[in-house]
Amino acid sequence: MSTSAKVFGIMAEYTTPADAMHAAEKVRDAGFRRWDVFTPFPVHGMDRAMGMKNSKVGWFSFIGGVTGYTSGMLMIWFLNAIDYPIIIGGKPMFSPFAAFPPSYELTILLGAFGAIGGMLFLNRLPRLHHPLLRNKRFALATHDRYFVVIETSDPKFNEVETRKLLEAAGSRSIELVEE
Amino acid sequence: MASSTTATALPTVPKELERIPLVNNDRTPGWISDRVAGICEGKAPMWWWAAFIPSLMLAGVLLAMLAYQISTGVGVWGNHHPTMWAWDIINFVWWIGIGHAGTLISAILFLLRQKWRTGVNRAAEAMTIFAVMCAGIYPAIHVGRVWFDWFLFPIPNSNAIWPQFRSPLMWDVFAVSTYFTVSLLFWYIGLVPDLAVMRDRAKTKIRQFLYGLFSLGWTGSNRHWSNYEKAYLILAGLSTPLVLSVHSIVSLDFAVSQLPGWHTTIFPPYFVAGAIFSGFGMVLTLLIPLRRWCHLEDLITMRHIDVMCKVTLATGSIVGYAYVMEFFIAWYSGSPNERFHFLNRALGPYWWGWVCMMGFNTLVPQVFWFKKCRENLWFVFVISILVNIGMWFERFVIIVIGLHREFIPSNWAYYLPSWVDIATFLGTFGLFFTLFLLFMRFLPMIAISEVKGVTPYADPHMPQGGAKGGHH
Repeated sequence: MSTSAKVFGIMAEYTTPADAMHAAEKVRDAGFRRWDVFTPFPVHGMDRAMGMKNSKVGWFSFIGGVTGYTSGMLMIWFLNAIDYPIIIGGKPMFSPFAAFPPSYELTILLGAFGAIGGMLFLNRLPRLHHPLLRNKRFALATHDRYFVVIETSDPKFNEVETRKLLEAAGSRSIELVEE
Repeated sequence: MASSTTATALPTVPKELERIPLVNNDRTPGWISDRVAGICEGKAPMWWWAAFIPSLMLAGVLLAMLAYQISTGVGVWGNHHPTMWAWDIINFVWWIGIGHAGTLISAILFLLRQKWRTGVNRAAEAMTIFAVMCAGIYPAIHVGRVWFDWFLFPIPNSNAIWPQFRSPLMWDVFAVSTYFTVSLLFWYIGLVPDLAVMRDRAKTKIRQFLYGLFSLGWTGSNRHWSNYEKAYLILAGLSTPLVLSVHSIVSLDFAVSQLPGWHTTIFPPYFVAGAIFSGFGMVLTLLIPLRRWCHLEDLITMRHIDVMCKVTLATGSIVGYAYVMEFFIAWYSGSPNERFHFLNRALGPYWWGWVCMMGFNTLVPQVFWFKKCRENLWFVFVISILVNIGMWFERFVIIVIGLHREFIPSNWAYYLPSWVDIATFLGTFGLFFTLFLLFMRFLPMIAISEVKGVTPYADPHMPQGGAKGGHH
């Protein structure tokens, strides 16, 4: 928009996943915090190269599953044994065996909601705008290129030094991305 | 870590130990994007219109039949006493069974690390969703008064009554609706990175906006991929018990009753195997022509066809075992009603249904023991259709033969479908193919990012992935 647009970060392009991974290891070892690697598919070993911890999505799913199972059991018990008891073939008003199949399905349903909701929440998605998505070259991140981006908001960010670091890691195309 | 000291020597694999590649002709990630996304770009080919227009017309037939049946009543069907369930439930079970292959490919094969699944999982998942839609129509309309369908769900109402959860039919409501919801979410979450591919290639504003909206702002960030992959793994882990439970619960609709031929403990595993069997039949029926018409031979390779034929053979044999075991148990149980039912199944007035079931499901797939048969695409295509005809007859045998001879001989009757039964069933094919053709025209029908991920170009330890040799 304006000529003095704020800079979001510095973006380095790599042509192979191995190059991007080695660059990530260097950026990690240099102690950067606000940075990321962008790849067209998940690259195995990249999480370790970036020094990331195991994803927390599992906890969201677990809580969803437990909620599903208990609410299924409680619902069926309340509906068929308390609020509206009717005799069916001499069967008990509530039996965990008959209540199991619907509760099992609810476990899976809410567990799935938890996994997807948790993933979206941890990724802060959906979002309608991202500075990188405005960059022409970055469109290749979903095609066949690998990008390392270090944000200007990182305390260790220094345009000259950071550029040197990314160049040394083998990038042939480095540019600044506007906010 | 132990690392090789000579930095230049990458390990070379002897020729005879090399695996058949998942993507033929050493295609690069960029080529995969262009080829798969290219199907959804540009003008629709003639064959697409030639398939789409008849499908849409057939879907119109379905709509007309539903309108006629709902406005008139279930009497327009051939169902009568004692055959109270007939084509409605046969077609429900048949369609929902077809769906099972999609979830098997996307979930169970994911957990088993079967990387070949990436070539076929997207199309198979779409098939699942559309098949479950076709299936879902039947239970909704077979109740007769569709405006009371909401009674099936525990919704507070002014009658102060609640559904009765001791009935397997209520379990079915929860199983099928969960199955549909989770399959749809699993499919959509798998689509998100590929929708971003479509967004980044979009030439028109409207495509950019729509693909952009549904790709949720996906950037391919590795911090996102990490959570994404975990969520995908959990969804696969949840869908596996889900798909096994859905057809088990469908089978309990029968097995929990007291009817000879239905009251069997073998039903859950046998229904699940049959479902996967018929689903793979449908996947082959869809993908054999599509890989040719869309020029996807490098991505859906002969290896894919080969393994799918083998799954068909394995599940067909499990089903065959179950058919024989049912006869054995009928004899071994000593129950005269069971014995009568199974003799009537093979020798009664519907003997031809039983012959079709045994022939198409048990004998025909045995040809897949032979490599020559798995490599002939015309042959595989014909067999994949026979498999689904056979599986339709399996449900016919269970439901119609099970019901038409009830305990009091004065109630015995011979069931025939009405023309509405037949037109409604044909109409569901119209709906299925309309949705499938729209899917393959507007959404990437192969999981682009997943296929890229199984090529050597994606592996940082392979020379194609940029490995320089030695330890990094």
